Amino acid sequence: MSKRIGMEIALAAAEAVALCRPDVIAAYPITPNTHIPEHLSDIVAEGRLDAEFICVESEHSAMSACAGASGTGARAFTATSSQGLLYMDEVLGIVSSMRLPVVMAIGNRAISGPINIWNDHSDIMTMRDLGWLSLFAANGQEAVDMMIQSFKIAEDAAVQLPINVNLDGFQLTHMVEALFLPDQKEVDRFLPRRKPYAALHPDHPVTMGALGMPDIFTEATKARDQALVDSRKVILKVWKEWEKQFGRRYEPIEAYKTKGADVVMMTMGSMGETAEIAVDELRKDGVPVGLLKLKLWRPFPFEEMKKAVRGVKTLIVTDRCCSLGGPGGPLAAEVRSALYAEAARPVIENALIGLGGRDVTVDDFKQMFRQAGKSKGIYEFYGVRG
Amino acid sequence: MAQKKWPETWQEVTPGCMIFEGGNSREYHTGSWRAQRPVWDNAKCIKCGICYIFCPEACVKEDARGYFAADLDYCKGCGICAHECWPGAITMIEEG
Repeated sequence: MSKRIGMEIALAAAEAVALCRPDVIAAYPITPNTHIPEHLSDIVAEGRLDAEFICVESEHSAMSACAGASGTGARAFTATSSQGLLYMDEVLGIVSSMRLPVVMAIGNRAISGPINIWNDHSDIMTMRDLGWLSLFAANGQEAVDMMIQSFKIAEDAAVQLPINVNLDGFQLTHMVEALFLPDQKEVDRFLPRRKPYAALHPDHPVTMGALGMPDIFTEATKARDQALVDSRKVILKVWKEWEKQFGRRYEPIEAYKTKGADVVMMTMGSMGETAEIAVDELRKDGVPVGLLKLKLWRPFPFEEMKKAVRGVKTLIVTDRCCSLGGPGGPLAAEVRSALYAEAARPVIENALIGLGGRDVTVDDFKQMFRQAGKSKGIYEFYGVRG
Repeated sequence: MAQKKWPETWQEVTPGCMIFEGGNSREYHTGSWRAQRPVWDNAKCIKCGICYIFCPEACVKEDARGYFAADLDYCKGCGICAHECWPGAITMIEEG
């Protein structure tokens, strides 16, 4: 039976990971994800989880240790944030190209500088194109659920890809929330032991990570891309199974009161919870607005995106980071690509908000809804002074 | 030089480009990369085996008389053997 508990979300996420019985955890502390591996190290030390907890000397080593462990067929987990993710960078593409289903929690934090430890999405966006599956949690319950779902998705025979679960730093990681934590029996029923496609073993030699020269690199890249595209089916299947067993529904894009809405807001991560309140209040005043909450960032849900905006006049895409010198926020760029070929598509505005931990309030969302259609240029720094 | 293009299509790429047989780098002939080839002058060769030891491709082989030659299916023409050969028995000549 699931138990309803009040717990800091990072600790609850760690409890969820422990329920998945990982064999190897390798992590290096960095704010704001630290409580996740820290609590896992407690769980291992207490003897509640039979896993190897490797105290590595850097994030580069953390991801390398996970790669090696996953290569032997082990279930491997790590967590990081911001600069730590950057330090892992060169190993991230190796892990996905070797089809190693490592699971990583990211306590999202701004990339410095100026030096900043607070939340935005600039860290995850640096690894956008490296072949990892990517989920965004809007609240603590989703963070817990997605941790468990991730192992099943990543290790599916048709997927075999690494996955990251994004929790907004502080707004989620350090928040105490009431949530349902499944018990061991339930998770065991949902998540079978990993059956690796291949595993490193002295008796059965296999080469992982061989050189790929120009005559094979294009084919290898096409195969990797197709693997991500095809993983969508498995993600949807796993989410259906989750709903059946635990009663909580997951979709690539969750629509909130979009029926009859002229103006629709789009969010990723914890801002969706705040935006819901703004939608409720404006709806009460008779203003037809709605909300789309993106949960699946990679593979990007192109088909769901097209369906989600049918009949919408103005779509305000919020981005919690800026592609400096580029088209604004990465989410808006993706949404514009997804809708470009559509005959009827909404006007798309892009608000860059909540950067480096700046609060985004209900009033901010109401203000953005009221300003809909007045945006100058293809993107705007909402609330910027000057 | 005929090279085995393996795998041919993207569908044939194994997940993670994993290779399940040992020693199949033999099937990949790197000799086509070569711009220069090493030629041994056995009159100067003292059979020390320095070329054999230093060849990064491990393609220098010893014959029955104790002299050395490169397997041109794999020799990339890097010239390390000629550089290391202190009696000066190896010359790099342009591939024509």
